[in-house]
Amino acid sequence: MSFFSNFLSAAESEALGLSLRVAGVAVVVALPLAVLVATVLARKRFFGRGFLNVLTLLPLVVPPVVTGYSLLLVFGHNGPLGQFFRTCCGLEFSFRWTGAALAAGVMSFPLMVRSIRLSLEAIDRRYEDAAATLGARPVVVFVCVTLPLALPGIIAAAVLGFAKALGEFGATISFVASIPGETQTLSLALYAQLQVPDGEAQAQRLMVISLVLAVAAVALSEWLLGRSVRRA
Amino acid sequence: MTFEIDLQLAGAFPVMARFSSAADSIGLAGPSGSGKSTLLNMIAGLVRAEGRLNIGGSLLQDSRNGLFLPPHRRRIGYAFQDTRLFPHLNVLRNLHFGGWMRGRATAARFDDLVKALDLRHLLGRDVAHLSGGERQRVSLARAMLSDPQLLLLDEPLANVDETRKDETLSYIERVRRLKPVPMIYVSHDRAEVSRMTDVQYILDKGQVFAGGSHG
Repeated sequence: MSFFSNFLSAAESEALGLSLRVAGVAVVVALPLAVLVATVLARKRFFGRGFLNVLTLLPLVVPPVVTGYSLLLVFGHNGPLGQFFRTCCGLEFSFRWTGAALAAGVMSFPLMVRSIRLSLEAIDRRYEDAAATLGARPVVVFVCVTLPLALPGIIAAAVLGFAKALGEFGATISFVASIPGETQTLSLALYAQLQVPDGEAQAQRLMVISLVLAVAAVALSEWLLGRSVRRA
Repeated sequence: MTFEIDLQLAGAFPVMARFSSAADSIGLAGPSGSGKSTLLNMIAGLVRAEGRLNIGGSLLQDSRNGLFLPPHRRRIGYAFQDTRLFPHLNVLRNLHFGGWMRGRATAARFDDLVKALDLRHLLGRDVAHLSGGERQRVSLARAMLSDPQLLLLDEPLANVDETRKDETLSYIERVRRLKPVPMIYVSHDRAEVSRMTDVQYILDKGQVFAGGSHG
């Protein structure tokens, strides 16, 4: 953070650092699950597939405040999964940065699944047949052929998810509030500055930081997606 | 080697093949769209057909008893018409793929095949930068390096320049002399099939007919 401290105030650095941590953890935890769900949706036909698809897309279409409130009910201090994680792993979500990461992960999950699913569906399955005739079991085919061919799409999904997680606002503020140093990410800090007198200059600085991060992430995602399509 | 093939595929385009032979190489000739590739896919287990398949005493499929070995357990090397070289791996890694999976490839066999098919200078190359003939040779070597008990060759000359066709056939003959794996060779060209195989069958509209023997 020493490089950033030349340009950013302590509060800005803190919000930026927290945003990167929250978005990073959200993507690292959500990505394997997104690969799994995208694979199931792209490759398997089963009863309830439509329901799983709708469930996956839900955070994209319901108001973020509904998602945040739902997370509070389920993962909050007295929520069933909140109590479960506190008892089994000492993990607390409500009013903690971990909760902000959970909210960011949930909100970016549909985007990641969609991007990975498209990438998997673009793969020519004849390569998988060829691998099978060379002695590769289905799981080996998936790891050695399917995933490498889908990799640019998976990386693009991770970058897109990261960008979405960086900008997450509604679900986060509903679930874990806006606590400086704990849950106040860039978006929440910007909103907080808009609520105080003379905070506009500060808000504009935070806006520029958010914009630069988001544009860089989306540009990287598009570039990787282009590579993925060309390869498949 | 004995082949006992009795497979049927129902559907919009039915394919039925019932023949047995003790020849080491079987040719299947037929016009495009006659079901040649589908039949090879049925033998490789890539298309799930009904019936019975016995290759050299190994029962690979017997629908009546619920037996269906999946492709990865059949030990059938398949050089596809469209080669299907993995685009994310270079030539060397494509060649090693079958050996890694089955763990049977030896350095000596690898060297012999690379030499016989003249692939040494291509090993580090990206598969996107190979000519049609080079792709076929790499595909053939990759199939052979998976230590197959049967080799399926589907129109190996389909994407090869006219001037390179005879050369490609010579490469295939060289590989068969090096390691005489039983083979089913498929082409639309009956003369090519006759040159490459001992026994020929004709495939027309999804049905296999006897076509005589050669040599």
